[in-house]
Amino acid sequence: MTKDSSIAFVLKEPKEAEPAPIATTGALAWTRENLFSSRLNTALTILSLLFLAWMIPGLVQWTFVDAVWFANSIDECRQLSPGGACWAVITARFDQFMFGFYPEELRWRPVLAFVLLGVALLPVLWDAVPARKQLFFFSAIYPLVAFALLWGDGFIFERVNSSDFGGFLLTMIIGVTGISFSLPIGVLLALGRNSNLPFIKLICVTFIEFIRGVPLITLLFVASTLLNYLLPPGTNFDIILRVLIMVTLFASAYMAEVIRGGLAALSKGQYEAADALGLTYWQSMYLIILPQALKISIPGIVNTFIGLFKDTTLVSVIGLLDPLGIIQPILADSTWNGLVVELYAFVGLVFFVFCFAMSRYSMYLERKLSAGDRH
Amino acid sequence: MSEANLTEVQADRSKMQISETEVAIDIIGMNKWYGDFHVLRDINLHVMKGERIVICGPSGSGKSTMIRCINRLEEHQKGKIVVDGIELTSDLKRIDEIRREVGMCFQHFNLFPHLTILENCTLAPIWVRKMPKKQAEEVAMHYLERVKIPEQANKYPGQLSGGQQQRVAIARSLCMNPKIMLFDEPTSALDPEMIKEVLDVMVGLAEEGMTMLCVTHEMGFARKVANRVIFMDQGQIVEQNEPEEFFTNPQHERTQLFLSQILHH
Ligand SMILES: Nc1ncnc2c1ncn2[C@@H]1O[C@H](COP(=O)(O)OP(=O)(O)OP(=O)(O)O)[C@@H](O)[C@H]1O
Ligand SMILES: [Mg+2]
Repeated sequence: MTKDSSIAFVLKEPKEAEPAPIATTGALAWTRENLFSSRLNTALTILSLLFLAWMIPGLVQWTFVDAVWFANSIDECRQLSPGGACWAVITARFDQFMFGFYPEELRWRPVLAFVLLGVALLPVLWDAVPARKQLFFFSAIYPLVAFALLWGDGFIFERVNSSDFGGFLLTMIIGVTGISFSLPIGVLLALGRNSNLPFIKLICVTFIEFIRGVPLITLLFVASTLLNYLLPPGTNFDIILRVLIMVTLFASAYMAEVIRGGLAALSKGQYEAADALGLTYWQSMYLIILPQALKISIPGIVNTFIGLFKDTTLVSVIGLLDPLGIIQPILADSTWNGLVVELYAFVGLVFFVFCFAMSRYSMYLERKLSAGDRH
Repeated sequence: MSEANLTEVQADRSKMQISETEVAIDIIGMNKWYGDFHVLRDINLHVMKGERIVICGPSGSGKSTMIRCINRLEEHQKGKIVVDGIELTSDLKRIDEIRREVGMCFQHFNLFPHLTILENCTLAPIWVRKMPKKQAEEVAMHYLERVKIPEQANKYPGQLSGGQQQRVAIARSLCMNPKIMLFDEPTSALDPEMIKEVLDVMVGLAEEGMTMLCVTHEMGFARKVANRVIFMDQGQIVEQNEPEEFFTNPQHERTQLFLSQILHH
């Protein structure tokens, strides 16, 4: 047998690791791989660039360069700059956009409540925060604090009427309440729906299916009008509270189904292992099942949160002055008559900031929680 | 004999003591149905403390269902099951009491993937036995050393091999200091080289006098460790005997057929 035809092989010298060729790493490689990898891709890249080059200058011109930031009426805006955005309407009505008709001298209270909301959220959103336990205690009592600050308690803080609430203050109240209560209620509903106690199961299924099958607007109308016929005459049931309940129930039903999806994704073995160790039902839910199911459901949960947050704008239909409700009289006001885009763009932008923040946070959370499972 | 069934284990039978008086499990006339399907038919089984019982039989014969009735993962409809002196009824308190004393290992390990190995082991002692965390961790490390993986304590289950995971699952059960251990095909999801490491741990348990019920087709293990082998078919106990007799001189024709199938292919 000659040496060439032999199939026997023994490695004589170890092969050193070498750096990857330049063309496969770095910015240049990224560009080539992602933007110019094929003829079609190259064409699309060039088209997109052309489109952006055509769009952006005009947009920047209108939004920033030619924009008017301060003026007293649309006419003044147009005089100063005929072709630019008239943001003056926002600056002029900024307080209304933020607080509605909340008494001016008391507006420090919602501001403080908002700042404290940040403090209350810290331990919930971030596990490395110092003194997390104490902060959690604060988070637990925060709803009471916020209530006292916003509506007043009649002793230290002067009372404020629900009809004065408006703007993003209202959005935040409905959004934050809905978000913080719909998750626990949704969890309970999902567990109830999976329960093997027929009565509990029936209640949960009926509730979920009913609430999911009805448009939110209908529920809001029920809250604003129909309830008056059902309640004994003379009962004073705060309109914002009614809306809060309806929005929370609505989101809870969706949340329950999202979480049920997460529960279904767990193997039966997890339940059995927890049972076999002697954990009680609530212990195994709290320690084993929910941490895993909620983790799986994060995208769906945040999706529901975002949906809920945007759905708060529906309350304008029943006459509450959320940001869209604030816009209506401005549209009709002769001083600003003719402005539309600026108003909606502003409200849209603020909503986008909040929703985008939630979305980014959920991505961060998913990345953090998936650190443990490398299968 | 198939390769998987050949895994050789060393065991010292002289250490395995069976109590003459203390009953661990008593199953009397137990029946179970899934809907209309009669899965378990008149099961009678009397297990003394310290016994090591291997249960085998064809797929679908009800082996898993039977041992899962012992810790109430499945509910029986007729007959009586008494575990460690406590009769199983639908009384949740009794079920919890029994589950505290009965450990179980599953075919697919069922570790909790979101918890570290150490947390997997300390969870039940802390929450069920109300043990202080520090003490629970000491106990956990003790058992992790016994199954020879203390260095993995802070990893997650997904980072371990199958054999390591099953040993963690055994350690997790042992942390509850159970009187009885149930095994449902603990090695059948494992590669051949991992089977031995798990069987070795189980032999160690047997040598310490643990009462064990083990569904397995590891005949080497059955020969060396079991004091009784039970053969099930179609929801019934068809034959039971000492391992030597059982393998060399099976009486029932279904046992003969089953053994010839698993031993000569
Ligand atoms: N939840 C269930 N509902 C209905 N039938 C079931 C259920 N679980 C098991 N069975 C049936 O009961 C019978 C016994 O199942 P079991 O799992 O106890 O068998 P096994 O002896 O453990 O089999 P294997 O060796 O495949 O694990 C099978 O016919 C199975 O199809
Ligand atoms: Mg089975």
